[in-house]
Amino acid sequence: MEELLVSVLRGLGIGSTYALLAVGFVIIYRATDVVNFAQPALMILGAYYVSLYVHNIGMPFVLAVPAAMLTLALIGAITERIALRPMVGEPAFSAAMVTVGVFIVLFIVAFRLIGPNVITVGDPWGLERSTIFGIRVPQVDLAKIVISLTTIAVVGVVLKRSRVGLAMRATALDQEVALAQGVDVGRMFGLAWAVSAALAGLAGMLIGTGSGGVGPLDAFIALKALPVVILGGLDSIKGAVYAGLIVGVAESLTRSYQPGFAPFLGANFDVVVPYLIMILVLMIRPYGLFGTPEIQRV
Amino acid sequence: MTLQRLGQGTSRGSRATLRGRPELHTDYAADQAILDTKAKRVWTLAIVVLAVVAPFLLDRDVQQLLTRVSIYAIGGIGLNLVTGYAGQVSLGHAFFLGLGAYTAAFFGGVPTGNVRGLELDVLVWLPMAGLVPMVVGLLVAPLAARVRGLYLAILTLGLVFVGEHVWREARTFTGGPGVGRRAPLPQLLGFDLHARHTILGVDLDRETSFYLFCLLLLVVLGVLARNLARSKMGRAFAAVRDRDIAAEIMGVPLLETKVLAFGVSSFYAGIAGGLYTVLLGQITPENWGLLVSIDFLAVILIGGVATITGSIIGAAFVVVLPRIVQGVAPSIPFISGGVGEGGLITVFQLQTMLYGGLIVAFLVLEPRGMFGLWLRVRNYWKAWPFSY
Repeated sequence: MEELLVSVLRGLGIGSTYALLAVGFVIIYRATDVVNFAQPALMILGAYYVSLYVHNIGMPFVLAVPAAMLTLALIGAITERIALRPMVGEPAFSAAMVTVGVFIVLFIVAFRLIGPNVITVGDPWGLERSTIFGIRVPQVDLAKIVISLTTIAVVGVVLKRSRVGLAMRATALDQEVALAQGVDVGRMFGLAWAVSAALAGLAGMLIGTGSGGVGPLDAFIALKALPVVILGGLDSIKGAVYAGLIVGVAESLTRSYQPGFAPFLGANFDVVVPYLIMILVLMIRPYGLFGTPEIQRV
Repeated sequence: MTLQRLGQGTSRGSRATLRGRPELHTDYAADQAILDTKAKRVWTLAIVVLAVVAPFLLDRDVQQLLTRVSIYAIGGIGLNLVTGYAGQVSLGHAFFLGLGAYTAAFFGGVPTGNVRGLELDVLVWLPMAGLVPMVVGLLVAPLAARVRGLYLAILTLGLVFVGEHVWREARTFTGGPGVGRRAPLPQLLGFDLHARHTILGVDLDRETSFYLFCLLLLVVLGVLARNLARSKMGRAFAAVRDRDIAAEIMGVPLLETKVLAFGVSSFYAGIAGGLYTVLLGQITPENWGLLVSIDFLAVILIGGVATITGSIIGAAFVVVLPRIVQGVAPSIPFISGGVGEGGLITVFQLQTMLYGGLIVAFLVLEPRGMFGLWLRVRNYWKAWPFSY
C-alpha cells in the first residue's frame, strides 16, 4: 500500500512538471498557432540559470528561482521577436520548423554553458522525506506538485481575470478582431512566449531537484509534454493539467509494477506509456480530452 | 473530331519550322502521358543511361552514395504519396522503414546465436519487406484517419517511439540495442548482388551490382507511383488533400482513400528499409529514430511536394549535402569535426541546422521545392525570348 501511494505521488510530481511544460505549449499554441519545439531547450536553460544564481552568485534558492524565470521570460520574448515574428502569416508547418531551428541553437548554447557535467539546482529538499498520514514520502514530489499546480493556477487566474489576460485570450480567439479592438497583438505574442519560457524554466528547475541533478541531455524529457498536450487537447490549459497528471501517474505506476507483473513488455516500458495512452485516447476522442473540435467548412 | 484533325494538321504542316507543337494534346491518352513531350522522353532516357553508366566511371565511395540516393528516393516517393499527394503529414516513416528492415533481415538473414533468420532469396524477402509494413500500415491507418493536422503528426511521432521500444526488446528478431543484427543476404536466384562479377566481359564491383538493382527498383517503383498518382486513386488522394469534406461530398470514400495512402506509403518505406539494411550491413534499433523521419520529410519538402521527380531530386540533395558539408567544414573556422574537439558547433549540428533552414526557406519562398525551381527555369527558357 505504501509503495503504491509513493509511486502515485512520484507520478503526480513528475506529471505536474509535464503539466507545466504542456501549459507552456498550450499558451503559445493558442496565441500564435505555433507548436513550440524549442520548449526542451528553454527548460534546460531554466535549470542552468537557477544553478548559476545559486552556486555562482550566491542567491538564496527562493530568489534564484524567480530570477531564473525572469531571465527565461526575457529569452523567450527575444526569441519570439527575432525568430517567430517574421513567420506571422506563413504556414503553421514552417513556423514549427523555425522553432526546431531555435531549439537547436538554444540547445547548443545550453550545452556549451552547462558542459559535460551534471549540475545541481541547490534545492532545499534533496533526499529528505516527510511523514503524511503515517507514510514517509519524498519532499521533492510534494514540492513539485505544490509549486507546479500553484503556478498553473496563478497563470490561469491571470489569464481569466486581468486585462492583459483578456487581451491574450482575445488574441487567441481572433487576431484581426483583437487588433481592431486596440490590442497590441505583437506584444501579446511576445508575452505568450515569455510566460511559456518562464514556465519551461520552472519545469527545468523541478526536473533538477532531488537526487539526480540535470544534464543537457535531460532536455529530451520535455518531449513527453507532446503526448501530454495532444492527450489534453492542443488548446486547453485544463486539459494540459489533467493529461500531465494522468501521464505522470501512469508512467510512474508502470515503472513500479510492470517489471513484476508484465516482464514480457521489456525494460523501460514506461518510456512508451505516454504515447500509448495518447494513441488510445485519440481513438475515442480525436481532439484530446478537452480540446475544441475543429469546425470545418467546405 | 474537328479539333483533332485541326491539331494534327497544324502540327504536320508546321513541323519544319516550329518543330511540332508538343503542348497541343488532341486525345486524353496523350494529355495524360507521363512523358508527354519529346524533350522529356529524350532527357529521361539520357538520365537513366547516365545513371546506369555512372558506377563504372566513379569511385566506390561515390557509388555507395548513389545507392543511398536510390534507396532514399524510394522511401521519399513513399512519404510523398501519403504526405504530398494525400496530404496526411506523417512523422512515422522511420517506423515503417525499420519494420521493413527487420522483416528483410528476418526472412533473408543468417541465424546467429539467438537471433533468428530464414536465409531466403531476395525474391522472397524483398516483397515481404514491403508487404509486412503495408499490412501494419493498413492496420494503423484507420486510427490515423480519425485525426488531422498537428494531431496526426504527433500521433505518428508516437509510432516511432513505440517502434523503437519494440526494436529494442524483440531481441530474437532485432538482436537488441547496441549489438543489432546482420543484414539479409542479397542472393537473387543464386546471384550474389554483393559480390564481384564479370558479365559479358564487363567487371561489376561489389557495390555496382547492388546499385544497379536499387536503380532498377527505383525506376519500376517510381513509374508505378507516377501511374498511381494519375489514376482514379491518385485523383482521390489529391481531392482528400485539398478539401477532405468536399472530396467526401463528391463521393470519394475518405477512410478508404486515407487507409490506402498509408498502405502504399508503408510498402515503399518497407522496401527502402530492406534495401537500406543491405547497404548498412549491420542494423541496430538506433538506426530507426525520429531523425530518419525528419530526413525523409526534408527529402520531400526540399525536393518537391507531390512530385515523383522532386522526391528523387530531394533524395539526391539530402544524401549528398552531408558529404559536401564534411568536405567544406575543415575550412570554416568555428566548426569541429568530432565530438571531443573544440569549435562552436559540430558538423552534425551544422547539417541539422542547414536542413532546418532549407526546409523553412523552401516552405516560405518556393513551396514546390527544388522541382518548383526547375519548373521556373524551364518555363523561362520555354518562353524565351518572350519572358514575361
